[in-house]
Amino acid sequence: MHQTPPASALGRIPRVNVEIRGLNMAYGEAWHRQQVITDLDLDVPAGQMTVVIGPSGCGKSTLVNIIAGFEKPDSGIVRVDGQPVTGPGHDRMVVFQETALMPWLTVRQNVSFGPQLRGEMDRATLRAEADRLIDKVGLREFKDKYPLQLSGGMQRRAELARAMINQPKLMIMDEPFRGLDAMSRELMQEFFLKLFEENRRTNLFVTSEIDEAIFLADRLVVLSTRPATVRSVIEIDLPRPRTYAMLASEKAFDYKREALDILHQEAMKSFKMGSGQSDFLEAYAKRAQ
Amino acid sequence: MAVASPSRSTFGGFRSSLGGALTNPTFWRGIVALIGFALFWELCSRSKQMFGVQVPWIGMVPPPSDVLGAWAKVVTEPGYWQSWYLSLNRVLAGFIAAQIVGIPFGLALAVNRYFRDIFFPPFEILRPIPPLAWVPASLIFWPTNEMSIAFVTFLGAFFTVVINVLGGARTINVQYLRAAQSMGASQWDLFWKIILPGTMPSIFTGAAVGMGITWEVVVAAEMISGGGTRKGGGLGFFIWNSYMGGSLEQIVVGMISIGIAGYLCSSAIRYLGFAAMPWRRLF
Ligand SMILES: Nc1ncnc2c1ncn2[C@@H]1O[C@H](COP(=O)(O)OP(=O)(O)OP(=O)(O)O)[C@@H](O)[C@H]1O
Ligand SMILES: [Mg+2]
Repeated sequence: MHQTPPASALGRIPRVNVEIRGLNMAYGEAWHRQQVITDLDLDVPAGQMTVVIGPSGCGKSTLVNIIAGFEKPDSGIVRVDGQPVTGPGHDRMVVFQETALMPWLTVRQNVSFGPQLRGEMDRATLRAEADRLIDKVGLREFKDKYPLQLSGGMQRRAELARAMINQPKLMIMDEPFRGLDAMSRELMQEFFLKLFEENRRTNLFVTSEIDEAIFLADRLVVLSTRPATVRSVIEIDLPRPRTYAMLASEKAFDYKREALDILHQEAMKSFKMGSGQSDFLEAYAKRAQ
Repeated sequence: MAVASPSRSTFGGFRSSLGGALTNPTFWRGIVALIGFALFWELCSRSKQMFGVQVPWIGMVPPPSDVLGAWAKVVTEPGYWQSWYLSLNRVLAGFIAAQIVGIPFGLALAVNRYFRDIFFPPFEILRPIPPLAWVPASLIFWPTNEMSIAFVTFLGAFFTVVINVLGGARTINVQYLRAAQSMGASQWDLFWKIILPGTMPSIFTGAAVGMGITWEVVVAAEMISGGGTRKGGGLGFFIWNSYMGGSLEQIVVGMISIGIAGYLCSSAIRYLGFAAMPWRRLF
């Protein structure tokens, strides 16, 4: 399994700390203005898998976009190893909720995209490195295929390879396995976990699936309903390497209940505050325009 | 995990090789349908003389056998081919000019806010004017008939091309741009590596629709501007002339010629589209 990797891959992945302090974000103008994130503080410790779980529509993707530097928060700061984030950079790679492979590039061209753009590897090294990563995600036979020729799970793996080749210090995954069938989803979780346990790159993983969250996490961060803020942080003290069997343990069950309790409270709260209804009114107002 | 295997590469009945066409059932169904249609038409046209009752409307159209006869006669006349040549020339000139001006213009509207703020409003006011409404003005404005026809043809395709390119470029998945940006793409890279290939499908859609409009406009413009001189001509004028001369068969010959010319032109565009976008050949 271990061929000698090219020089560029030998560099160890630096472990970075990510700190998020006092984040606030709202969308829309005037009376359509809607707070999406309020006073959110979050740490993503070096070499750990931090999983963020929250109800659908609470602002998880917004948080991801801010950390990645695609969007500027109204206030607050994101620091990667003490350095404030000012825009996108290849120290932070995002695997998006929907596939973002360029449909007009083959798998190999997609994977080579970043280094080629920055011109940091010569052709032969880049080719070798791309092929190594494509092999690693099990797409050797599909190198020269276009994304539309791949199944959903294969697309996700190609995306992992495209992100990894950039040697990011922080990997951000935004519900990457949503929309896969149950079988592919489990296979992808296991595969992804193995990758993480191999190199322990600092990771922020967003999901709305509790079992996925506990299976992967070192730390589980539970968000409130919109506007998102951190409700609770649960340290997941299950041994690594993880297996699915551990999800059946009593400990895992307790974690699950603790997280679900909070998520349930959040759901009830938004229900009582009538936000379900105000959502409806908002949607109606938008349509009426 | 299911492997999405690329299905046999038919796309709208298109095959990349002639050999492929000959083994493709779609191709043969098309041929049979055309022959069947011609037979039906023949029977209807001859209904009076064969059954004593004339089928309404289509019974008055000359039968395909007569049309073929008329066709066999005109293909020996240089005037007929001259008409093809003139119309094709005008179509290509107008079409290519519309692409050369329209694609960059559409892309500029899409990527530059100031450009859009300045040029989009006048564009939107001019766009609803049908190309043929420009004919009188351009006959006055341009020194020759030929130039007015070319201009009107250009306009016909131009607006469609721009709208398609603009729409395509504006609806590129923002995640592609973000992914590229986080991998270090400059504005320049974003344009050439994401926006341009991402807009390609819309560019070809615009070209296909624009080609259709160009033919419509050329034929109508040829009829209107009369083409009194020998240089006028064109397939539109060919039809008009046949009408004046009272030859029903020749009118149909002219119409079918335009149909064939239009089909050849759109096939060429489809072919170019497949050559330029290999990733679209897969399904
Ligand atoms: N660009 C935007 N403009 C306006 N509103 C936005 C924008 N992006 C997100 N929102 C709103 O912000 C809220 C949070 O969206 P976000 O996508 O961050 O939620 P999420 O938790 O990722 O949801 P999901 O579970 O659907 O992925 C939603 O109400 C959404 O409508
Ligand atoms: Mg989301």
